[in-house]
Amino acid sequence: MRPDNYAYYPGCTLHSTAKEYDVSARLVCHKLGIKLQELENWTCCGASSAHTTSELLSIALPARELQAAEEMGLPLAVACAMCFSRLKHSAFELADKEKLDLVNELLGKEFHNTTEVVHLLKVLYEERDAMTVSRPLSSLKIACYYGCLLVRPQEIVDLDDVEDPQIMDQLMERLGAVTVDWGFKTECCGASLPLTKPEMVLKLSHRILSQAKQAGADCVAVACPMCHNNLDAYQKDMKRKYSDKFELPVLYFTQLAGLALGFSPKQLLLDKHFTSPLPMLRDKGLADAGIAIKYNLRLYSLQVEEIGIAEVRHG
Amino acid sequence: MARTGVFICHCGTNIGGTVDVSKVLEAAKSMPTVAYVDDNTYSCSEPGQASIHDAIIENRLDRVVIGCCSPRMHENTFRKTVATAGINPYLLEIANIREHCSWVHGDDKEAATDKAIELVRMAVAKAASLEPLFSRQVGLTKRALVIGGGIAGIQAALDIANADYEVVLVEREPSIGGRMAQLDKTFPTLDCSACILAPKMVDVAQHHNITLLTYAEVQDVKGFVGNFEVNILQKARKVDHIKCTGCGTCWQKCLERTPSEFNLEMGKRSAIYIPFPQAVPLKPVIDTEHCAHFKYLEAKEEGRDLPDCNICQQLCPVSAIDYEQEDQIISERFGAIIVATGYQTFDHSVYHEYGSGRYTDVITGLHLERLLSASGPTGGEVIRPSDGLLPKTVVFVSCVGSRDEQKGRSYCSKVCCMYMAKQAIMLKEHDPEVQCYIFYIDIRAGGKDFEEFARRAQEEYGTLYLRGRVSKIYQEGKKLIVCGEDSLIGRAVEIAADLVVLATGMEPSIGAVELAQRLKISYDTNNFFIEAHPKLRPVETNTDGIFLAGSCIGPKDIPESVAQGGAAAAKVTALFSQDVLTTDPMVATIDPMLCSGCLLCTQVCPFNAIDTQVTRDGRTIALVNETMCKGCGLCVASCRFGAADLRGFTQQQILAQVTSLWR
Repeated sequence: MRPDNYAYYPGCTLHSTAKEYDVSARLVCHKLGIKLQELENWTCCGASSAHTTSELLSIALPARELQAAEEMGLPLAVACAMCFSRLKHSAFELADKEKLDLVNELLGKEFHNTTEVVHLLKVLYEERDAMTVSRPLSSLKIACYYGCLLVRPQEIVDLDDVEDPQIMDQLMERLGAVTVDWGFKTECCGASLPLTKPEMVLKLSHRILSQAKQAGADCVAVACPMCHNNLDAYQKDMKRKYSDKFELPVLYFTQLAGLALGFSPKQLLLDKHFTSPLPMLRDKGLADAGIAIKYNLRLYSLQVEEIGIAEVRHG
Repeated sequence: MARTGVFICHCGTNIGGTVDVSKVLEAAKSMPTVAYVDDNTYSCSEPGQASIHDAIIENRLDRVVIGCCSPRMHENTFRKTVATAGINPYLLEIANIREHCSWVHGDDKEAATDKAIELVRMAVAKAASLEPLFSRQVGLTKRALVIGGGIAGIQAALDIANADYEVVLVEREPSIGGRMAQLDKTFPTLDCSACILAPKMVDVAQHHNITLLTYAEVQDVKGFVGNFEVNILQKARKVDHIKCTGCGTCWQKCLERTPSEFNLEMGKRSAIYIPFPQAVPLKPVIDTEHCAHFKYLEAKEEGRDLPDCNICQQLCPVSAIDYEQEDQIISERFGAIIVATGYQTFDHSVYHEYGSGRYTDVITGLHLERLLSASGPTGGEVIRPSDGLLPKTVVFVSCVGSRDEQKGRSYCSKVCCMYMAKQAIMLKEHDPEVQCYIFYIDIRAGGKDFEEFARRAQEEYGTLYLRGRVSKIYQEGKKLIVCGEDSLIGRAVEIAADLVVLATGMEPSIGAVELAQRLKISYDTNNFFIEAHPKLRPVETNTDGIFLAGSCIGPKDIPESVAQGGAAAAKVTALFSQDVLTTDPMVATIDPMLCSGCLLCTQVCPFNAIDTQVTRDGRTIALVNETMCKGCGLCVASCRFGAADLRGFTQQQILAQVTSLWR
């Protein structure tokens, strides 16, 4: 029996730059009868900085969220690949009794390290047979991009094959889409380097996008806010640097699932991307033509009411 | 009352350095039945054995206990020693005070000495209840079966046949020749592989002592050394090979075309075919899956309409085509079996980072052999499979499916370093404009003239060796981008290649495990067969009468495979030089009065050595076949009625050992 009730850890990006990921994830889960209960008072998982400065902090920060989920007695669903990685690492390290005792002391709470950490991709993948697809994505060719953190290291995250993962592909195929066979599913996009080494990010992300394009994809599906940012936000710079002739929309897999389940591009905040997917979706008959879509805070609130989520913090 | 002699060996300092031998001797003196004690620096040496021999005679000893190394080492040696002194060789008991004592307790001499005394005490107790045992003799069939017609099997068959014993060589493909027939040149001499192999293949076909069964597989094996009963499945060739002259009309006129397995699907063959021009026998088989006539028959059965074809039958000048021919089981008796089933190349589809077959111009080393070969699909011209252009930049990736625990292959395939060097040389010979790069971990060139050969590839032929693993291969336009690391300069490198060659490693042939189970021989975690001893018995198995040769044991190059084929043949001829075989008397027995007939023992016996028998009063009971029993003792442990017992290890003898410790 699959659980339909999860503790939910959005992580900081889903409340800011990746709001569309959060909203689309909530919409899709709501439609599928999966209840996401956001952790009370959650904090940063420590990503990017904690594990480069203090090993203890990099274990203890995620442990705080793991403990909260344990107290709720629910498996913990995570959307951000980086958060997922940090939470999994923490749980893995805390198998060591000594570390667990130390962390318990720091938390000042009782924690037994029993929380099951699940990525949202896996949650939807497990639910794929129960989905009622009202708008099949049959005209869409998708390059599923998993990124490096979602599947590595295998012995810790244990999600899928590290070189050729399949679960996002299978989910997209279930929604009617065609997925392309390509070799860059888990290549590095440049991660957190856009500020310090922008050239590196351009090079790596450009290579991923051009391989997706070469494989014949109409868009790239992602499961990580950082990958999304790198692939989506710098396409203009790539055009300039590599004289590319193409743009390739980059969408969260939850947005694509939302489309297939009948939500409108507006509801899914498809207008929030730098590289707009709307012209492509209109071409494919997946977005109603002629609708001027603009980010609308009022609409966003309406939608939140509609699915009955009491509170969503806005950036 | 037994008179036991106890002899303690120092084994140099192996035992004497840890165990206080004089204390052991002192203690042994007071053990029951002990009439004589002595020690030796090396009991197994000639003077050591002589002193035991003399002591037995002078002291009228009738039981001997030797405290020394493992019985696996020297039990047989000492059995012969006591036999020359007139004692039944099975009245000897070994106390293993080296492997079981001095070697493992080097840090505590006192405890080691105490343990050695206890081990000797147990051996003395057991020796007192030992009984004389006598071997039996059985006849043998002087006829050998060789499974696998690659170079190892060919060599083995020829050597046995030349010693004037009959040989049946079974090969599952339509021709013998194996992998060596697929190779272009051999390293390090650059001999043409087919040219040096073909004469041997012809010798096999023409030898009066060799029966060649191609397109055949070993189905089941019963029996034991000297007396194996083997069923061989002769697959239907649909061609009568007695009538066929190999004129070639049929395969030239056949209209069907299907990918050639021999050319790794890079070229086509007809439906009635010989795999390659030098095939032995040079007589075709019909591939019923692709033959138009058989497709027609199948369609007719399903009510579909397809055009019939029987061109081969019409054109055959000797009416050898026989569409009605069926599979056939051939039952034969053999005295010995040589397994030489060889290898296949690793399937690189698990390497997603190398495209797992996505890129047409990423090929394997064996593909390149076929492209280089004059009898290959391109007539010896190396072209890119995708567009037929001549590649100018070729990158080799070593250790694909070797030395990579992540992909479940920890071993080195041994030949890849050399074949890459050879192929780089050959590519340059074919086209001087070609530049080869080889990504390597180490260059393993351990063999006669190998290192010099690998150097030539670098120095004379300008091959660039980059030490590091390739992390990724992807297509960009017409080029393949190979990303890797040059760990000597500590930098990431990218090479835009026209052709990438994956040096795929060796793995056992498909079906190796099933064959091992049929033959009851053991195989390792990689499914390679296990030799009886990796150093001292490299071509024997633990099953008497079954021998191994070639790369079914582990990766090997051609000279090693040939040497092993010859070695296995020598073992077989030595076996056949005897007129009768002596069996080991240390086997299980079943007391017919105690046996309830539950037959649990027949299920646990790994050697099929327990038959059933109906007694005069109508009971079915178990009966040990002494020639097949290996004396493993499983039946003894499983028997709930205590009917089974093991000679040389009877319940009573083991109990005597145990009770000797109650003091």
